[in-house]
Amino acid sequence: MVNENLVKDVVKKPYKYGFVTDIETEKISKGLNEDIIRLISEKKEEPQYLLDFRLKAFKKWQKMDEPDWAGLGYKQIDYQDIIYYSAPKQKEKISSLDEVDPKLLETFDKLGIPLTEQKKLTNVAVDAVFDSVSIATTFRDELAKHGVIFCSISEAVKNHSDLIEKYLGTVVPASDNYFAALNSAVFSDGSFVYIPKGVTCPMDLSSYFRINSGDTGQFERTLIIAEESSSVSYLEGCTAPMFDTNTLHAAVVELIALDDASIKYSTVQNWYAGDEEGVGGIFNFVTKRGKCLGKRSKISWSQVETGSSITWKYPSCLLLGEESIGEFYSVALTNNLQQADTGTKMIHIGPKTKSTIVSKGISAGNSINSYRGLVKMGRKAAGSRNYSQCDSMLIGDQASANTFPYIKSQQSNSEIEHEASTCRISEDQLFYLQSRGIEFEEAVSMMVSGFCRDVFNQLPMEFAAEADKLLALKLEGSVG
Amino acid sequence: MQSKMKESDPILEIEDLFASTDNLPILKGVSLTVYPGEIHAIMGRNGCGKSTLSKIIAGHPSYNITNGDIKFSGENINSLEPEERSQSGIFLGFQYPIEIPGVSNLEFLRVSTNARRKFLNKEELDTFDFEELVKEKLELVKMDQGFLSRSVNQGFSGGEKKRNEILQMALLEPKIAILDETDSGLDIDALRIVASGIKKISNAQTGIILITHYQRLLDEIEPNYVHVMADGQIIKTGGSDLALELEKKGYEWTDNFVKET
Repeated sequence: MVNENLVKDVVKKPYKYGFVTDIETEKISKGLNEDIIRLISEKKEEPQYLLDFRLKAFKKWQKMDEPDWAGLGYKQIDYQDIIYYSAPKQKEKISSLDEVDPKLLETFDKLGIPLTEQKKLTNVAVDAVFDSVSIATTFRDELAKHGVIFCSISEAVKNHSDLIEKYLGTVVPASDNYFAALNSAVFSDGSFVYIPKGVTCPMDLSSYFRINSGDTGQFERTLIIAEESSSVSYLEGCTAPMFDTNTLHAAVVELIALDDASIKYSTVQNWYAGDEEGVGGIFNFVTKRGKCLGKRSKISWSQVETGSSITWKYPSCLLLGEESIGEFYSVALTNNLQQADTGTKMIHIGPKTKSTIVSKGISAGNSINSYRGLVKMGRKAAGSRNYSQCDSMLIGDQASANTFPYIKSQQSNSEIEHEASTCRISEDQLFYLQSRGIEFEEAVSMMVSGFCRDVFNQLPMEFAAEADKLLALKLEGSVG
Repeated sequence: MQSKMKESDPILEIEDLFASTDNLPILKGVSLTVYPGEIHAIMGRNGCGKSTLSKIIAGHPSYNITNGDIKFSGENINSLEPEERSQSGIFLGFQYPIEIPGVSNLEFLRVSTNARRKFLNKEELDTFDFEELVKEKLELVKMDQGFLSRSVNQGFSGGEKKRNEILQMALLEPKIAILDETDSGLDIDALRIVASGIKKISNAQTGIILITHYQRLLDEIEPNYVHVMADGQIIKTGGSDLALELEKKGYEWTDNFVKET
């Protein structure tokens, strides 16, 4: 029976990314139809096959129903009331970063992602996406020396069309689900990564997604290909201004790992979560999936989900290659009226495949935090193993936590292990820490980061520190 | 000797304290004064209010003070938060130390020690300096460094938990330590280690309140005063011989006492 008001104060969180950049934008009119899709494709000067891909996806989407199996409560989305393309007005051709609109550079500066030559982060290459377009990508030349391609997906369509045509939609088919179909029809920008055979990417790659317009949906698309014996660590961050309306974000991420390749994909999701009454915030409906195509390939997802009013997201692995490995490490923190339904699917197809799932859900306020996961052992997955651990922490007595583990096995020679626990920050624990001179807020945040340690240990170093700070910030507020 | 102690100001003064939880009165007029260098023992049956008294001094939020004052170094602390009390030098050794999963003992001890140091205007210690300090203190309670990397109290045996409490006391260097049944659940060897730790940490400036059921802790640490509590009151106060008498005659003997005023 923790003192309710005290806890409410502590989990009250200031959102410091809530500002809007005042910039002239080029927006197309609201609504969704074939003409809009043709217009987007035309603006991006896309080849015919891509327009066909979009139109096919749109036809499928029209026949699909919005999924309701997660039981999330939200106002019906009017898909005709959304703008599907919005880009800051810029010069036609930008030859260097210094020609980027200073307002945009300033925006990313404020977000802690400096892009200019003098100030850019030294050990991470960044692709910065603002509403529907990629603004800049740093360290391109250095990466090119190693044969690594890191650019916006629009650029990849122009310059590396063969790779796009070969891989786009092969992990998440356009008809995969309602939101993936929508994304396939209208996706605007996102990042593209290609790591050639035998190359260990010399630095972490990072995409930063910024929503600026309140009436525009964000539909980014990311594609990462790791050739034989290559490896890459990719980080993704995102924020949005505070609007009292909801903004739709429906992204698709596809990863492909060939023989002995490894991809580590880390996300810190901090979209605007809405206010205490649940007004505003991002609807985050995302399809992320990786295909371990090659033998001994490995895909590892780690995510820290703290934002969005609704999160619907299940980064998954298709384990095709013999002895391939899938991992999912997740921390999801919900507060106020946030709803998170997140988890993973580990689909064991090849023999001797392995997967690990570690999920930590923290629910405060009146929020709902659910883990939903599927572990499937296919007929040929002999000698495969899965280990899942799903822990929930409740703060206060109005929040709820659920765990929905689905297990399907068609292979008797395989192992599936599942552990789950639920705990509550108790008054006794808080009093114990306080009676040792530790402030109430710090006591809560110590316990929360202690609870998340297994996951934070998986994050790249800079990210782990950021995630820890982010959780502390989310739990910050004036006590008493 | 006792009068010499009293030349200085008291560390703790409790005057006619009444307290309740969920409207249930637990303390019904407790008065107690502790001077520097004094060791007080509080004895009594389960449920007599001993543990409640210790929690109230430390500022547990579940109890309401309905009458009376708690003064620490002359200042009324009734409305201070538990962390403020700790930082200013009040230490409660828990009867049942709490497990905090995922939080490393080392980090916990460091944050706690730094909170106290900050209050004392002493420089806060980084991880390296702190490890030096804590190594020295581990000696006092004969704990090995392995304790530091484990989660706070998690999976500790009863004896290890109690030694961890004394380690915290050693690091925080409190002005007054209230040790709630620190002897319970300890074997003879562990009891000696804990008792010798307490003796080494305390000095002529510190006050100690030992809450206990048994004489055996008092054999190791001789109290200046023994108080017997029953039904939320201190019903008898005496010297260390009172504990011996109590040990012989049992608490039934105290049932006949009328509250001493």
